[in-house]
Amino acid sequence: MELAHPKAPTSLLKRRSPLDWLAALLLSGGALFALNRYGAFMDGYEQAILLAAIPTFIALAWAWPGLRNLLAGTALLALGGISLYHADLARAEQVFFLKYFLSSQTAIGWMCFLFFLATASYWLGLLAKSEFAEKTGTALTWAAVLMGVTGMLVRWYESYLIGTDIGHIPISNLYEVFVLFSLITALLYLHYERRYATRKLGAFVLIVISAAVGFTLWYTFSRGAHEIQPLVPALQSYWMKIHVPANFIGYGAFSLSAMIGVAWLLAERGILASRLPTLAVMEDVMYKAIAIGFAFFTVATILGALWAAEAWGTYWQWDPKETWALIVWLNYAAWLHLRLTKGLRGSVLAWWAVVGLLVTTFAFLGVNMFLSGLHSYGEL
Amino acid sequence: MPRTLRSPGRQLYELMSSMRFAVSLLTVLAIASIIGTVVKQNEPYNNYLNQFGQFWFPVFEWLGLYSVYHASWFLTILTFLVASTSLCIIRQAPGMVREMKSFRTGAREASLRQFAHKHITQTLLSRNEAQQKVAEYLAAQGYKSRTKDQAGGVLIAAKAGSWNRMGYLLAHSAIVLICVGGLLDGDLPLKLEMVLGSKKVTDLDKPFGEIGAESRLGPEHWSYRGNVFLPEGKRSNIAVLNVKDGALLQELPFSITLKKFHIEHYSTGMPKRFASDIVLTDLKTGAEIEHTIEVNKPFEYHGISLYQASFEDGGSKLKLKAHSLLPGSTRVTDAATEVGDSLQLKQGNNALHVEITGFRPFNVENMAAAPTPGTGDQGKLAMLNHSIDQALGSGAKSPDGKDLRNVGPSFSYKIRDEAGQAREYNNYMAPIQQDGRSFYMTGMRETPADGFRYLRIPADEDGKLDTWFALRALLTTRSEHALIARRFAAKAMSGRNVADTVRTRLADAAERTLQLYSERGFESLGQFINDSVPENERGNAADALVPVLQGCAWEAWQLLRERQQLKPLAMNPTRADYLRDAVNSISDSFHYGAPVYLELDQFDEVKASVIQATRSPGKFGVYLGCALLVAGVFFMLYVRERRLFVLLKDSGEVLLALSSNRKTLDTDHEFTRHQDAIESLLNHGTRTP
Repeated sequence: MELAHPKAPTSLLKRRSPLDWLAALLLSGGALFALNRYGAFMDGYEQAILLAAIPTFIALAWAWPGLRNLLAGTALLALGGISLYHADLARAEQVFFLKYFLSSQTAIGWMCFLFFLATASYWLGLLAKSEFAEKTGTALTWAAVLMGVTGMLVRWYESYLIGTDIGHIPISNLYEVFVLFSLITALLYLHYERRYATRKLGAFVLIVISAAVGFTLWYTFSRGAHEIQPLVPALQSYWMKIHVPANFIGYGAFSLSAMIGVAWLLAERGILASRLPTLAVMEDVMYKAIAIGFAFFTVATILGALWAAEAWGTYWQWDPKETWALIVWLNYAAWLHLRLTKGLRGSVLAWWAVVGLLVTTFAFLGVNMFLSGLHSYGEL
Repeated sequence: MPRTLRSPGRQLYELMSSMRFAVSLLTVLAIASIIGTVVKQNEPYNNYLNQFGQFWFPVFEWLGLYSVYHASWFLTILTFLVASTSLCIIRQAPGMVREMKSFRTGAREASLRQFAHKHITQTLLSRNEAQQKVAEYLAAQGYKSRTKDQAGGVLIAAKAGSWNRMGYLLAHSAIVLICVGGLLDGDLPLKLEMVLGSKKVTDLDKPFGEIGAESRLGPEHWSYRGNVFLPEGKRSNIAVLNVKDGALLQELPFSITLKKFHIEHYSTGMPKRFASDIVLTDLKTGAEIEHTIEVNKPFEYHGISLYQASFEDGGSKLKLKAHSLLPGSTRVTDAATEVGDSLQLKQGNNALHVEITGFRPFNVENMAAAPTPGTGDQGKLAMLNHSIDQALGSGAKSPDGKDLRNVGPSFSYKIRDEAGQAREYNNYMAPIQQDGRSFYMTGMRETPADGFRYLRIPADEDGKLDTWFALRALLTTRSEHALIARRFAAKAMSGRNVADTVRTRLADAAERTLQLYSERGFESLGQFINDSVPENERGNAADALVPVLQGCAWEAWQLLRERQQLKPLAMNPTRADYLRDAVNSISDSFHYGAPVYLELDQFDEVKASVIQATRSPGKFGVYLGCALLVAGVFFMLYVRERRLFVLLKDSGEVLLALSSNRKTLDTDHEFTRHQDAIESLLNHGTRTP
């Protein structure tokens, strides 16, 4: 198994394709347009974040062509959807493209459907050793992410159509963060798929995404959870916009590592071993995922503490959510210590990553279901 | 490791600073934390007594399970963790710094040949030329290098990513800083003060002014987190700290006056904004500051942060009308009271003790009827189509079955019987629409664990309660039963040619029905039917009684109007509904549990805000620790320390070796890259990577 080597960082600017430059132009143009037109509604922080977003997204788009295309696609679809609304929510039911493609619920519905298809494709590719099916899986995963991100962006816009005091970023309740979780896990997977030039692990990672999608659907149909709700006072804070995504990069990466752990354990026992990447590659992906998850989870927990200090009056009060975040953190800190300091390898770490998913799931969902506390924003 | 004689102090130091010890502590900490999330923390002790029973309650109390994170043993573990991590840093740091600085130019050829990543090649270039090319290449790759002559050659020792080790120091010092800061802000200072200053908790049974110094903490107290209860227009400089099963009073260096508490809601009834307009008065300087505190927008003054924590009723003034529910009574007494007060009501020979517990200026309720599921396969298909339709479109669409409406003010109270058992009541001020009719709702429950069971009193044609109470009084007056029954029988038989005896028999039956009904409503009637009617005829008997009862009620209503010199009414569907609802609710009222119904006549709302005051000087250490932790984690995970050795031998042989403290595929790949690059550099001298 060869790594898709990134070349040495020479002549960063020279090797850019015209598409890269177009992306840079559109990103800066779009951001500056937004600043010019809506800057008056933003405070200093928001303007600074918007400006900092320009180089960040250009760097991401240049480093990863798939992401560049995703940015372009979601911009096109979300702006298209928004322009079809004419600031009238009722048009979601009347306009064909809105009702069947671009309104937030429909777009997220497409995301769910495409993730299921992608899972099936990856498995077909893995079992039948069909490269075509695997490539289809990748394309379907990208398509699912495209529709999911579009759905979230349109949902953001729709929330403002309900009322300017109700509008908010769609990461405020359990339904919305489940969609976010699916998207982030998928993007992390697509990143490793490209980095390690193997599509074999999609079958495993997409299982955990499908499970999240299944939950989202159940939550929609049985609980009507998809309805946009206004923010309670405790959530009306800028911290939400950074604390929640940072946390879900952590959750997503931990889930991904657990699924790679499953694949590793199967391959070690000779199951699917001829079809999966080598143990060394899987081990490396597992480590990379836990490392990035741990870094983001650390940041997210600290952000949570800072927010708690502002909203609840103390940075730490052993609320069940805080305590379980600490347990998750300790769990992966121990994992990293074993690997990095003790040099441990092999099945212990793979099992640990799998068990880590249970701990993470409990911190994410179990705390909401079984324990009470201040952090009860996503009750089942 | 061979067992050598070491001093016990040295052994302890080595144990404490070992990673094994730290990891064991962390594991214990994690398990203890889990216990604390499973057992609800800091609840009133009575709840635990109910939950665990007489035997386990004191055991768990002794173990500190009701406040795990403040238990002495938990704090001890934390302290040990701090000590262990500190010792670990002290033990490792000098070596790490040495390692960071060192280039290991003393590496021997023999040991380089043992490296996992090594490569041997040849060069035809002169030693100087080769040395220069390699040094240039390494510098371009971000390596720092040192050169040292060795016997038979020269060694270029290069390193990159030394900050990795810095990451270790940063992250571990961060843990110490965070724990120390957290311990300082936690309960430890309070525990010390309680022991040293011999403070005792109070159960707040007296006004604050009468609570003595043994339960008060001065403004100089190091760290605290307490609540200041402030009704509108009132002032306070006392924060209440909940400690174990009691409280301590924390004196603040300033007083807070609540000018106004704001509460705003979205149209769904969800809260939108809580805000307190306060005036803060510095008790030393007398300086006054006006500020508005909101959720997520605290206010800090001299290291003390003030937060919008919650809100309560601050003693709203209520004017009540007490309607007697004693048989035959139409007595109404007025009472003025406020939330938090209690009042004595005389009912017959008994005095009732009523505690007014709460007031809500509005209530948003879901007034939609439950959706009716379809029947059969076709119904199911339609339901499925419908639910898919519901899930498409915008996220703004409300799922089925929601119709949120403000149904107006309500207030709640408790009525205690002689045994001290309290029943809780919740009454709405205005009638609520249900099935197209309006009802005054009054809920009753016997324990807080139950939901309220509502008595629905129909509003009369003026939208009032008067007719119902008058009707109830008349129907529960025994001496009136005969008259009502006679009138009913006359009406029922009018225009029909029947014998007087039949009419009398009907009147007797109606009177008997009324008598039974006035005892316990339908319950006594049901009991009567069960006792005197054969089983197979009971259904018919019950069916026959209902029209009799409603007919009597109608006659009673007309009788009332006659006595008030009002015109008789003509029956219509609305009145028939009213009559049926009245008969049902009068029957239910026998199970109301109180001889009085309290009607809310007028109110003057007084809100109270709960402001949390915290002092946590340790937070600066914690925040600094957090910043170091993030930097440390980044360096540890994303900076790999690599050492590249190039041994240029006089014989033209070149030995390459690479070591890294992170064994990942990236390291393998990096070595391959350097190996290819240096090899071609030394053999062709032209290729650039």
